[in-house]
Amino acid sequence: MKITSKLLLSTTAFMLAGALPATAAWQPQKPIEFVATAGPGGGTDNLARAVQSIVTKYKLTDQPIVVVNKGGGSGAEGYVYGKASAGDPYKVIFGTSNAWQQPLVSKVAFNYTDLTPIAAMAQDEFLLWVKQDAPYKTAGDFLKAAAATEFKMGGAQSKDTDEVLTRMIEKAARVKFTYIPFKSGAEAAVQLAGGHIDAHVNNPSESLGQWRGSTQRPLCAFSPKRLPQGPKVTTSEGWSDVPTCVEQGLAISQYEQPRTVWLPGKVSPEQAAFYVDLLKKVQATPEWKDYIEKTSQVDTFLTGAALDNFIKQDLEHVKQVAGEQGWLVK
Amino acid sequence: MENLQSLLHGFTIAITVPHLTLMVIGVLLGILVGVLPGLGAPNGVSLLLPLTFGMQPVSAIILLSSMYWGALFGGSVTSILFNIPGEPSSVATTFDGYPMARDGRPTTALATAFGSAAFGALVGVILITFLASWVAQVALAFGPPEYFAVYFLAFASFVGMGGAAPIKTVVALAIGFAIAAIGIDTVSGSVRLTMGIDELVKGVSFVVAVMGLFGIGELLIAVEEEFQARAVSSRVDWREVFRALGRLPQHGIALLRSAAIGCWMGITPGGPTAASFMSYGIAKRFSRNGARFGTGEAEGIVAPETADHAAGTSALLPMLSLGIPGSATAAVMMGGLMIWGLNPGPMLFVDQKDFVWGLIASMYVGNIVAVALVLLTVPVFAALMRIPFAVIAPLIVIICVVGAYSVSNSYLDVVLMLGFGVVGYLFKKLHYPLAPLVLAIVIGDKAEDAFRQAMLMSKGSLGIFFANRLVTTLVLAGMALLLLPLALQVVRLLRKPDEAADEKVRII
Repeated sequence: MKITSKLLLSTTAFMLAGALPATAAWQPQKPIEFVATAGPGGGTDNLARAVQSIVTKYKLTDQPIVVVNKGGGSGAEGYVYGKASAGDPYKVIFGTSNAWQQPLVSKVAFNYTDLTPIAAMAQDEFLLWVKQDAPYKTAGDFLKAAAATEFKMGGAQSKDTDEVLTRMIEKAARVKFTYIPFKSGAEAAVQLAGGHIDAHVNNPSESLGQWRGSTQRPLCAFSPKRLPQGPKVTTSEGWSDVPTCVEQGLAISQYEQPRTVWLPGKVSPEQAAFYVDLLKKVQATPEWKDYIEKTSQVDTFLTGAALDNFIKQDLEHVKQVAGEQGWLVK
Repeated sequence: MENLQSLLHGFTIAITVPHLTLMVIGVLLGILVGVLPGLGAPNGVSLLLPLTFGMQPVSAIILLSSMYWGALFGGSVTSILFNIPGEPSSVATTFDGYPMARDGRPTTALATAFGSAAFGALVGVILITFLASWVAQVALAFGPPEYFAVYFLAFASFVGMGGAAPIKTVVALAIGFAIAAIGIDTVSGSVRLTMGIDELVKGVSFVVAVMGLFGIGELLIAVEEEFQARAVSSRVDWREVFRALGRLPQHGIALLRSAAIGCWMGITPGGPTAASFMSYGIAKRFSRNGARFGTGEAEGIVAPETADHAAGTSALLPMLSLGIPGSATAAVMMGGLMIWGLNPGPMLFVDQKDFVWGLIASMYVGNIVAVALVLLTVPVFAALMRIPFAVIAPLIVIICVVGAYSVSNSYLDVVLMLGFGVVGYLFKKLHYPLAPLVLAIVIGDKAEDAFRQAMLMSKGSLGIFFANRLVTTLVLAGMALLLLPLALQVVRLLRKPDEAADEKVRII
């Protein structure tokens, strides 16, 4: 279902880009600020800069774009900034699902309802990774061993996507992990390579180099279908060779992290429409396809009601996990 | 020998007219962002990154790494001339660099700094060239307990470093830890110490704290002391540049020791900032002139600068070979590598020989270009010291305000920076040491994270810090450094009972 919708969306996006130039009534009159809710070099920062370079290259708007990083407090800095800029259509905030997940579990001074959702542009998949020389061939082997001793599972940040998924695995497989939070997925990857933790649930791009360099390998992907065929990562295997977790008896059929784009609150529908249109045009370019492939993400475009729905579903789900773990803030 | 051959091949890639031009451009831009506080190397490199998307990866990395060298050098300039560190890693350079410049020897201070920095960088590159594969493995041995042990070692080399009373050092450290705790906590995910100010969730930026503590704090002191005649009548003398460089070999031991500390911290990856602090602390402890540190001692410039550059250079190695960035700038470059379609990791050395060795060769050439350019600028920068205080003081305030604002375009940072200025002033007046405060702000939260991650892993047992040879050695070395001054005092106490009463007061 996802593949079809993806195809449909990219075709519509393509048609929109070609057939309807400048239908948006509102046009920016001064420089636009892209706010990345991550430090330089992080996944969200890369997205903001990729969009910036595509918009500039194709001159999709006359106004210059600057990218600023506000990644403090696991991204909260950027969202708080967006909240404080209510009514300002020149601030575009790039984030992830933590826009609605973070307010659930920590007392940050924003909620996603303070912002205007524009689109979810790409989805990062999650995989279960172990050290290259670990004895487990399948997720089943791994879980069997995990039932006997308490494994150390690493991940980026606390009570964020990685820990939520870890707790979901615990529940689905009736095992217990010690979760060790690190600053980023890249850090967790290095810790796994050094054998300091037993596993992690990194996104493909966070552990790509390590897989290719034979220091760690994926056991299964938390995705309903196998990942799309790309170029081979190692000499013999590529992403599509990784079985899904369901195939291996770990009943978590889907878990992904969307990259989201927001405007501050209280902007007009015309202003929001301009950016939806702009991002659609960006998505139709070959440079975008290139970016998606290089970062091993899944191309997607959710906006309007579909995006609202997605947020609502994800929110319900996370609320449930967070509630069970006693993470919810009052 | 295979490495040597690859390196020679690398030189054929690096030494071409377009690449040399890129190096000069990169270095000049780097010096610029290094000199402007608040616009450090990570920001500079990320600003330049989009321009490199259309380039060959090797050209792109040469441009970016040259900018990195330039920024590392440029960061020392404002530290020495105005006591405003342009880069976190050049804070330790202010301790002796600024007094020396104020003493009328800005040329000597700058030339000494650049000379020893170049030496540090050279050692770092040589290490990369010959030990790449071995060094890459060392970094993998570092889990949370080992990280904590390295930070502990850095702290230990600083506590009881003479000068201030140990208790004042501990107070300064404690305040620094509290400031480092502001914002989101990595381990629990909760918000700490924001005191009702929403924006504080981002934490306190190091640059903001340092500009206030050093730049504004020093200015307040100077104003109070009525430094009207502060314009230093230093004659800008070209020969002094070379004389200062010629005197460097006298500090041979300090150079080698600092380079070793720098390489170690760059690889492990404690980073250039921790390296420069640790190197300064250790040099002060072991140098014959240790007591004179802080008054404009050349060795006090040599130690942090050498370690800073050795660490900055060797920090690129774990990035290339393992995909672990050893510094913030390395992290940005790693993002760049992925965008250019390269994957940092062990296979890079196999798949992308031209890229890797082109880069390593460009490190040699780029550093030579950087040193030459930066030495040419010494007279220009030294001349700035001749401007009267009445003119320079408002300029410093402007630089600090703009610098603080540009960290993340926030007025709160400007207010914080001015607040830190007052704190810096009070610290100086009450004879509290600033260095431990700064050190705790920079690596305090990292040390805390590492400690708590280690505790999670061991389920609360401290035994994890003695679980293997590496971590045990690090912890014991830290404890030895911590207890050394105390032990020395006890020995002195036993030998000279007359001074016992006096010494006791200091220990308590």
